[in-house]
Amino acid sequence: MTCDADGVTIMMTILVRIRHALAPLAFLAMLSVVLQADAQPINENAPVSPDASAVKEQTLLQEESRIQGRIDIPGRRASVLIQPAGRTWDHFHETTLHWFGAIALFGTIVLLALGYLVLGKLRFSKRSGIKIRRFTPFERFSHWLTAVSFVVLGITGLNITFGKLLLLPIIGAEAFSAFSQAAKYVHNFLSFSFMIGLCLIVVLWFKDNIPKMVDIEWFKQGAGYIKSKHAPAGRFNAGEKMVYWLALAAGIAVIGSGLLLLFPFYGTNILEMQIAQVIHAIISILFIALILGHIYMGTLGMEGAFEAMGTGEVDLNWAAEHHDLWLAEALAKERSAEPLGQPTPAPAK
Amino acid sequence: MARMKFLCDADRCIDCNACVTACKNENEVPWGINRRRVVTINDGKPGERSVSMACMHCTDAPCAAVCPVSCIFPTEEGVVLHSKDLCIGCGYCFYACPFGAPQYPRIGNFGSRGKMDKCTYCAGGGGNEETGSTEEFKKYGANRLAQGKLPLCAEMCSTKSLLAGDGDIIAQIYKERVLKRGYGSGAWGWMTAYHEKISV
Repeated sequence: MTCDADGVTIMMTILVRIRHALAPLAFLAMLSVVLQADAQPINENAPVSPDASAVKEQTLLQEESRIQGRIDIPGRRASVLIQPAGRTWDHFHETTLHWFGAIALFGTIVLLALGYLVLGKLRFSKRSGIKIRRFTPFERFSHWLTAVSFVVLGITGLNITFGKLLLLPIIGAEAFSAFSQAAKYVHNFLSFSFMIGLCLIVVLWFKDNIPKMVDIEWFKQGAGYIKSKHAPAGRFNAGEKMVYWLALAAGIAVIGSGLLLLFPFYGTNILEMQIAQVIHAIISILFIALILGHIYMGTLGMEGAFEAMGTGEVDLNWAAEHHDLWLAEALAKERSAEPLGQPTPAPAK
Repeated sequence: MARMKFLCDADRCIDCNACVTACKNENEVPWGINRRRVVTINDGKPGERSVSMACMHCTDAPCAAVCPVSCIFPTEEGVVLHSKDLCIGCGYCFYACPFGAPQYPRIGNFGSRGKMDKCTYCAGGGGNEETGSTEEFKKYGANRLAQGKLPLCAEMCSTKSLLAGDGDIIAQIYKERVLKRGYGSGAWGWMTAYHEKISV
């Protein structure tokens, strides 16, 4: 037993001695590792740069048109940090729109004035003294509802763009601000009577504005401007039909974009509202130019035209010269409605 | 005269929102309006940054340009102020602002937004009220600038992330910081607001 115990003791002692002998070696080995590491160039184990993966404004703006993030305060809209498109819209509103609007509207007025000076008022041969009804009271109501709304909307709308250039210097800041505030509300609320009026017009006159073959003929015959030729037309001639369809298209565009602006952030963000404003402004200017032409034709441009919308009745000769197909139809209808054979006037020519 | 600017050092901003609170308190801003806000970009991802943003008081301020009644104007110190007496609440400055600064008391269906409100750089209002008067305070908030003080949001920023003051000086401070620490995510909004970059 002792022999065994002695043997074990000797073994232990040897192992301990070896360990003791190894310890410095191990330490040296560890030290050498540390020293080796120390000897390496310093930048390889440099501290991690907090900037290495930081978001950069320029990179974000290259990826998207605006920078958006998370926000602690209520109101998701405030989470948009930067949207440089505001500058672009500013340029559109202050430079592009001013020039475009001025050229389009002033140009239209100049063209109409030239037309009046060169071509003159479109006259018809002579009054027969016999009247025929062209528009019912309801049709005239619909037209004038739309017309009055349009003129007021046009003026109050143009005020937002051109008022500060034209009106502000004349009446002063306080008066102009008060006027513009009222104009803003008038513009916002009268838009509804315009929408109703336009819907009525579109429905009432849809059937008579469907393009027909006779419209091509109307253009070929000089659109009523060549004395020697007769341009045939139904209830509405090709020119009027163009006004109808263009007004419908422009109406849809201004009503759609206008409603988006009337209810901010209902399905839109700032960028979409900017686009809506651009559409609203450009289409409105073109719409006003179109209606200037329409007003010209209805008043200065053509003799006897205003009566149609004024009193609802036109002279028989006027109808025969400008709307022969419609007149024939109307007279036929009148005859069938009055079978007693009251004296109905025959069309001129 | 010094050209006043804001600069948010996003590498220092800790999203504590103290600037937001200080602004609301100092100017007694109405409920629902926050003249200043902190937006965190890449939230929770490596390299996220928080940026405190209010009106930047832009050079060639787009809000002032588009205002249909010309009620917004820059002062001699480049602070963009407006007159609430002339404002018609049309919302155009809000469309034009690259920083979402203009705010309105109401949502604004049918154009009923009310008078625009925005950061005044703690410089009172652009109306006819007397400088430092109660009327001015009620309408626009504090006029610290007239007292020789800078906007409170920047003055009390705990990490000095948000800097306000002479544009050249705060740009210099930022430049030195970037040089010293070796990185910087840039002066957010400076290119859009002032057409300039702080190159280090």
